[in-house]
Amino acid sequence: MADVKKIATRESYGNALAELGKEYPDLVVLDADLAAATKTGIFKKAFPDRHIDCGIAESNMVGIAAGLATTGKIPFVSSFAMFAAGRAFEQVRNSVGYPKLNVKIGATHAGISVGEDGATHQCCEDLALMRTIPGMVVMNPSDDVEAKAAVKAALDYQGPVYIRFGRLAVPVINDRPEYKFEIGKGVTLREGKDVTLVATGLEVAETLEAAEKLAADGIDAKVINIHTIKPLDEDLIVAAAKETGKVVTVEEHSVIGGLGSAVCDCLSAKAPTKVLKIGVNDTFGESGPAVSLIKKYGLDADGIYQKVKAFMA
Amino acid sequence: MDTLALKKTANEVRKGIVTAVHSAKSGHPGGSLSAADILTYLYFEEMNIDPENPKKADRDRFVLSKGHIAPALYSTLAHRGFFPVEDLKTLRHVGSYLQGHPDMKHIPGVDMSSGSLGQGGSAAVGMALAGKLDQADYRVYCMFGDGEIQEGQVWEAAMFAGSRKLDNLVFIVDNNGLQIDGKIEDVCSPYPIADKFKAFQFHVIEIDAHDFEQIAAAFQKAKETKGQPTAIIAKSVKGKGVSFMENQASWHGAAPNDEQYAQAMADLDKIGESL
Repeated sequence: MADVKKIATRESYGNALAELGKEYPDLVVLDADLAAATKTGIFKKAFPDRHIDCGIAESNMVGIAAGLATTGKIPFVSSFAMFAAGRAFEQVRNSVGYPKLNVKIGATHAGISVGEDGATHQCCEDLALMRTIPGMVVMNPSDDVEAKAAVKAALDYQGPVYIRFGRLAVPVINDRPEYKFEIGKGVTLREGKDVTLVATGLEVAETLEAAEKLAADGIDAKVINIHTIKPLDEDLIVAAAKETGKVVTVEEHSVIGGLGSAVCDCLSAKAPTKVLKIGVNDTFGESGPAVSLIKKYGLDADGIYQKVKAFMA
Repeated sequence: MDTLALKKTANEVRKGIVTAVHSAKSGHPGGSLSAADILTYLYFEEMNIDPENPKKADRDRFVLSKGHIAPALYSTLAHRGFFPVEDLKTLRHVGSYLQGHPDMKHIPGVDMSSGSLGQGGSAAVGMALAGKLDQADYRVYCMFGDGEIQEGQVWEAAMFAGSRKLDNLVFIVDNNGLQIDGKIEDVCSPYPIADKFKAFQFHVIEIDAHDFEQIAAAFQKAKETKGQPTAIIAKSVKGKGVSFMENQASWHGAAPNDEQYAQAMADLDKIGESL
């Protein structure tokens, strides 16, 4: 995929905010001293009065967003996933989730693809944490097109939303005229009858590539992009599980509590199916270039291919 | 409302507190009673609010960061006409809208859900910030416990408020000196409280929390203060008005039994008659 255009979804986030600022006068953006990294600086440049830098105090930032939301503002709070979902978890639960306030959380630098900063900054638990909060919408877009669509959808939705963005530039895979984004609706990107590969975020592109490799070996894999972890598109997953009999989940997140768990929660109740969960295996990350880490942790196309192959044997 | 009327109203609010907590068989009477005079002043004198239209956009806002004294807020709101006083007896009962801690989704007049200590200040800051962004002239009030200010988030909020010169914001510390485990200075001293808020660029006013003239003067001064938020440090008596609850940490989170309830109401009746 070397010739494909690549953009980090954090970049898409900043661009989407700046593009939507005019259409949504109530949109305000909060950051915690990371505007250059989260890319909310792009919005700041266009709308300086509506960009609020809260300093290095994520818990307070989430609370301020809650207060802003009570007055009709639509705040997007931005930080690294580790701090937005991790540090401020309880503020998100109690000050945003419980009162069901219209706060959007734009969390960048999720997963091991943070790279060189290492384990302290590589949040592989955010989807699990956010998914447990009643009423929280949890999204993990796969590319630039989807990330921008997710930001727009979040603005049009009334209630708390968590969106996960990445630091690493990833291939643009959804740039087609018929592309439509709907919260809670999965997208079948490849038809197949032997196994269903359910992927999310930057793993969607890797999984599509893995499916091609599997095809060369005679394994016909269906690929579903789940950009919304909650609410999960259960109908699509149940139908695919019944159709193919085997399911593999792929995420750049702990195998505990994220997409894999959400899919298993669904299938164990509605269509018991053998599931292989591919993700970060209950371990912390480490420093290194993002692409090397994704390979080392078996989350690149080849790693996925190998694991699915063994699973199908 | 004159001082006598405020005193009488606050005494009724206190009766509502002990009645609600007695009916719930749990809750936090000590800190509720210490805050009753200031809450009464806010809702009956200070704040621009309308019980008929609790969500009107230009209203003043109140955040009860020390959310466990919900009985005090509920009793004040009920007596102000936001919902029936009779409903106070449903506090903490299954199916009641009067949750153990303030719930803005279901309780008329509650501007922010709260209860997890340290979080209310940030929400109040957000409301005040929205007022500044919209050039609205409403004011925002937020009450903390003196034990609660051990939470770091309070100081994150204070730093932001001072730094942003939010002069439409008033923090109130109900300084009754006691927390669950004992005296605040023995557990983990937050003193000197006034100096801390001064260091965070607040205009600080220290008052007796049970003296309506001092309360009125403090809120007036806060309104006149420009370019910085105000912190009112209100020295109070935990359990104020109920003889056996006064200055007893053990009444932080315990409900009176039937006998104690009768005694508490008799104490408050006596105060009412003396006014």
